[in-house]
Amino acid sequence: MSLRTFELEIMRYDPDKDSEPRFETFSVPCEEDWVVLDAVNYVKDNLDRTLSYRWSCHMAVCGSCGMMINGEPSLSCKTFMRHMPDKIRIEPLANFPIERDLVVVMDDFMDKLASVKPYLVAKEKKAVEDGSYLQSPAQLKKFKQYTLCINCTLCYSACPQYALGEGFVGPAALALAHRYNLDSRDVGRSARADVVASNEGIWECSFVGACSEVCPEHVDPAGAIQQTKIASTLDYFKDLITPGRDK
Amino acid sequence: MARSNKPIVWSLFAAGGTFAAFVTPAMIVVTGLALSFGLLPPEALSYERLSGLIENPIAKGIVFLTVFLPAWHAAHRLRITAHDFGIREDGLVMMVCYGLASVATVMAVYALLSL
Ligand code: SF4
Repeated sequence: MSLRTFELEIMRYDPDKDSEPRFETFSVPCEEDWVVLDAVNYVKDNLDRTLSYRWSCHMAVCGSCGMMINGEPSLSCKTFMRHMPDKIRIEPLANFPIERDLVVVMDDFMDKLASVKPYLVAKEKKAVEDGSYLQSPAQLKKFKQYTLCINCTLCYSACPQYALGEGFVGPAALALAHRYNLDSRDVGRSARADVVASNEGIWECSFVGACSEVCPEHVDPAGAIQQTKIASTLDYFKDLITPGRDK
Repeated sequence: MARSNKPIVWSLFAAGGTFAAFVTPAMIVVTGLALSFGLLPPEALSYERLSGLIENPIAKGIVFLTVFLPAWHAAHRLRITAHDFGIREDGLVMMVCYGLASVATVMAVYALLSL
């Protein structure tokens, strides 16, 4: 297999030593079938053991190896070296504070995710012996696409509204809220609306659509947000006409 | 968090966008292009015919929507665009954008009622 050597310009930051992030360049001989993550692993294994970054599955399932690759939020395990120019710039995901090297602080995303109650809120609790909640294939189809999210936060890095730091709940969390709202077994929509239909929720979105472009799982969070806008608008006018209708 | 009252302007924005995408181009073809390209006889859009048509309340309603909905769509779009360009005086932007849309609305109502 042919080898091609790439220059990897990797952003480094050690909070104990550096006052601000800096770049360090590594020469990496890559195999034809390598992805960016392989090249970064090569640096860690052979050139600098102190390089810090997150990764786990190497197959676009765990969602932990997101990085800015030449300015694009990308999964490094899904970005092939053979499609890359000779010089590649690798930075931590944009719009998040840097913890160390390519590792970012994800607390804000985690809090926002939890705030939309991304779990099934069932009408009544069923005992295990009463069996499972049944659902038809048609009912499943309505929301299946939105279950594919792997929480990689590429969409947050791509989103100019989230970048403003004004509290936007953000694409993945809103897409997951939509996923549960569409689930026939769920009754949590009105409880979620306090966050989802607030100014920091769907209404902060100006439909740039960058989230859906970078999403590696084709979740289409932008579409989910637009659908939620329509549903919330109908809710708003229904509430005006019949106040307290779902109390 | 309090639920937002954005649905009021957003519903106009969404309806206006849909209207502008589907109906406005047809209006432009009929009133602007068809005559110039000779697709309609010259008298098709004559003053007498059109003033007769506009007396019909349904025609009045459609003409009103043609002005009203896209105006509010444009107003909201401009507000968001201003925000995207980093203009943070949202109160002022809102007043200008929605103000202009309100003026267009009032003018449309006035003109149609006085016909
Ligand atoms: S919606 Fe897509 S880009 Fe956003 S976190 Fe989920 S999988 Fe990643």
